[in-house]
Amino acid sequence: MKRLFLLGLMILATAVTYAGGYRVSLQGQRGLAMGHTGVAVVNNAELAFFNPAGLVYLENKINTAVGVSAVFSDVVWQNDEFGQMARTDSPVGTPFYAYFSYKLSDKVSLGFASYTPYGSSVEWEKDWAGSHLVNNIDLAAIYFQALVSYKITDNLSIGGGPIYANGSVKFNRNLNRSLTDIDGNRSNVTVEATGVNGFGWSAGIMYSPMDSLRIGVNYRSQIDLKAEGGDADFQNIPNSPLTPFEDTTFDAELPMPAELTVGLSYQLNDQWLFAFDYNRTFWDAYESLDLDFANPNIPDSKNPRNYQDASIYRFGMQYTANDTFTLRAGYYFDESPVQAGYFAPETPRNDSNNFTGGLSINVTDNFAIDASFLYSRFKEITESYDYYQENGQNVPFEGTYKSSAFVPGLGVTFKI
Amino acid sequence: MKRYYIYMAILALGFVSCEPELENSIEDEGFYSSGEADFSHYVALGNSLTAGYADGALYLTGQNNSYPNILAQKFALAQNTDEFTQPLVNDNIGGLLLGGQVVALPRYVLSVGANGPVPVRYNATPTTEITNRLTGPFSNMAVPGAKSYHLLADGYGNVQGVAAGLSNPYFARFATSDNTSVIADAMAQNPTFFTLWIGNNDVFTYATSGGTGKFQLNNTDVTTYGSNDITDPNAFAFIYSQIVEQLAANADGVLLNIPDITTVPYFTTIPNNALALDAPTAGNLTGFFQAVAGVMTKVLMQQGASAEQAQAIASQYAIQFNEGTNRFLLDVPVTQTNPLGFRQMTAEELLLLPIDQAALKQGYGSVVLTQDVMEVLAVLQAGGSPTQEQVQTLFGAVSGIDDEDVLDTEEIQNVQTATAAYNNAIKSIADNFNLGFVDVNALVAKLDSEGIPFDGGVLRSDFVTGGAYSLDGIHNTPRGAAVIANAIIEEINATYNAKLPKANIGNYPTVTLDQSGM
Repeated sequence: MKRLFLLGLMILATAVTYAGGYRVSLQGQRGLAMGHTGVAVVNNAELAFFNPAGLVYLENKINTAVGVSAVFSDVVWQNDEFGQMARTDSPVGTPFYAYFSYKLSDKVSLGFASYTPYGSSVEWEKDWAGSHLVNNIDLAAIYFQALVSYKITDNLSIGGGPIYANGSVKFNRNLNRSLTDIDGNRSNVTVEATGVNGFGWSAGIMYSPMDSLRIGVNYRSQIDLKAEGGDADFQNIPNSPLTPFEDTTFDAELPMPAELTVGLSYQLNDQWLFAFDYNRTFWDAYESLDLDFANPNIPDSKNPRNYQDASIYRFGMQYTANDTFTLRAGYYFDESPVQAGYFAPETPRNDSNNFTGGLSINVTDNFAIDASFLYSRFKEITESYDYYQENGQNVPFEGTYKSSAFVPGLGVTFKI
Repeated sequence: MKRYYIYMAILALGFVSCEPELENSIEDEGFYSSGEADFSHYVALGNSLTAGYADGALYLTGQNNSYPNILAQKFALAQNTDEFTQPLVNDNIGGLLLGGQVVALPRYVLSVGANGPVPVRYNATPTTEITNRLTGPFSNMAVPGAKSYHLLADGYGNVQGVAAGLSNPYFARFATSDNTSVIADAMAQNPTFFTLWIGNNDVFTYATSGGTGKFQLNNTDVTTYGSNDITDPNAFAFIYSQIVEQLAANADGVLLNIPDITTVPYFTTIPNNALALDAPTAGNLTGFFQAVAGVMTKVLMQQGASAEQAQAIASQYAIQFNEGTNRFLLDVPVTQTNPLGFRQMTAEELLLLPIDQAALKQGYGSVVLTQDVMEVLAVLQAGGSPTQEQVQTLFGAVSGIDDEDVLDTEEIQNVQTATAAYNNAIKSIADNFNLGFVDVNALVAKLDSEGIPFDGGVLRSDFVTGGAYSLDGIHNTPRGAAVIANAIIEEINATYNAKLPKANIGNYPTVTLDQSGM
């Protein structure tokens, strides 16, 4: 038994999650442990995120799943032409989720979900070589969603509900590559906006053509977070009318792109379950990060991003060892939405291979502990961001990047 | 049960501590290399250009961006090196105190005044007291103001001699003893690598003084020189060779030659034809100088010259002025052939940056047309004969530019002759000792002609806007220093088969903005 677990942990340690851009795929320890699949898996209240259509199939009247992950991610960058190197020292991110469903009748379940599908936290060394693009960024969005799940027939259900999103962003960068005050302190700006709101929705459908096979489709709409009247704090600005940067407010807009998931799961026997998900994230919406400063003397900041829609291919499996232990493993390949020439160090993501694993321990019939981990391995990449300008001229910021992320997560499932 | 958690925790920690590593990290042994050179103890010798002096002062950020400091950072990527130390001043104000008295002024900053941005002295009191001797020696041994022969001079850093001008306030701050010399303090460090950029001041002080000193051609006794004199090229070659002989005995290095200073903003910013005239004023001035020539002819004839001789001499004063730009007038020594002692500037002659531009607008460099002068002109126009006094008024109205504000043709010639001779010496000494050689003269010429491109634009020699020169019009900005550093790196890579990365020029600042001086 012991041996089996160790083996499971080592071998099944082939799973994943951490998506391109600022998508953070950590919306359930059970799903995550299986490569963040779940659009066609009926497991626990994580369905509130993965596919609300499935909530109605949960056996118990009340289902709850709550969890949190710790994101340890690091990026190293170097430019060998100039002998420069930098590493991020990013704070540990803690995305969480909380799902609840209540079976109103055999046909209808209601639910509530709160989760954090988007976010980014990157902190470079202050005044590093790319500081004119970013010193640090902390982006977070929390989604709150009310849900209803309706069983049309015994093998077909739909579900969905409205989403209220609340986000915040804090971003600091130097104004350019060389401006300083008289003492040589680099001129920089911090923009900060909190309580940024937006509305959206998600809806899914689940169909079971035969007992062992489920098919699911889920769509979550785009939500634009519009910051209005955020604070822009300029620091170390030379005392000169030639640099009229004063603290002001700004408007900006950041899309939380839509995501379509289709997938299936297959229950081989009492022990084994396999799941495949395909995600399409509609990153095309993220064309440019533009800061519109209220003070007319301060030039607006235009930062082309030109993200493109990207796909993620997910695979997961679950082994139910006995009444107490369930082991899971998974893998996904995550395509980066970032295009060549737009590789900005604020979200230095490229294609990644992701390995996940985890287990559930049923402490009682009603209560389980869900653990997962994710290791994201990004390919080393030599890229540039070409759209920073000085004196009307594009000045590429080039270098070789390598990122990695390790994300342990812990959650609980409660059902009665 | 517990055990599994422990295993997971260990596994988790294992991943957490696993930072991403690049396949070919620049931190890997052998990614960069020193080649045949050894940078373990690098010493830089030179003057203000090497010390990081800029904007008319030595201050911290200038020192931090000195080209030797930029170089040393790159050296440290190729091998283990001693820390590169510099005799840092106290502040970013610049300037020096000697016993509490200001003996060097604060830096220039760019301030916006009524007529746009102008360099002004930063409004603060220097805090760097030169009697506080720093504990050296320092890797950057550069001494602002030093000429070639000063590097060999014992006692050049004796603080007792500073007030009398016998020693150097900058070296006094960090000389290891009163009697030491720059070269002795450098050699005591047993450098494994050096750069030497010396000789600029052997000709620059002459140029920046407007050629008020003397070209000491064939006088090899440097102890007889004034501070604004040009060092004799033979003396220079001899001294330079002596310096290099010591440095190169146990070290490799790079020698930098002397740029032709006449192309830097100090000499090229104020145009010599900035006398802008409308048509009536041009006519008035032309009339004035015809009057001067006419009166002079009579004066000369009264002194016994023939009409022909008199006209020949006086006609040089009948200067023609046109609508638009006109070249200024220059005071020259009174001679038989130029008895009034002025002439119009030629196209090549150069005005110096510190010239009083307000005065130029008031007639300095042309004529101060006072009411008295106008009356004399009226007398002449009416066909009358001016009195002796009126003649003096007329001649006295001419206000030629003083020698210290201009580099005339002969002075330019002296500067260029000496620079070329020094550079010949430096090149042949570099060859003799098998050292690296950087042609800064060519770099500076390129800044002045097509400019030096970088990823954020083109560096040029234009004052304030060109990016290469600081607000004193002579010394580099940090961005200019990065250009020098890169030229040295290129030379080291070629001569010593090293592999060193360059500095990213666009990351280095240019001029500093501040309103404090207004």
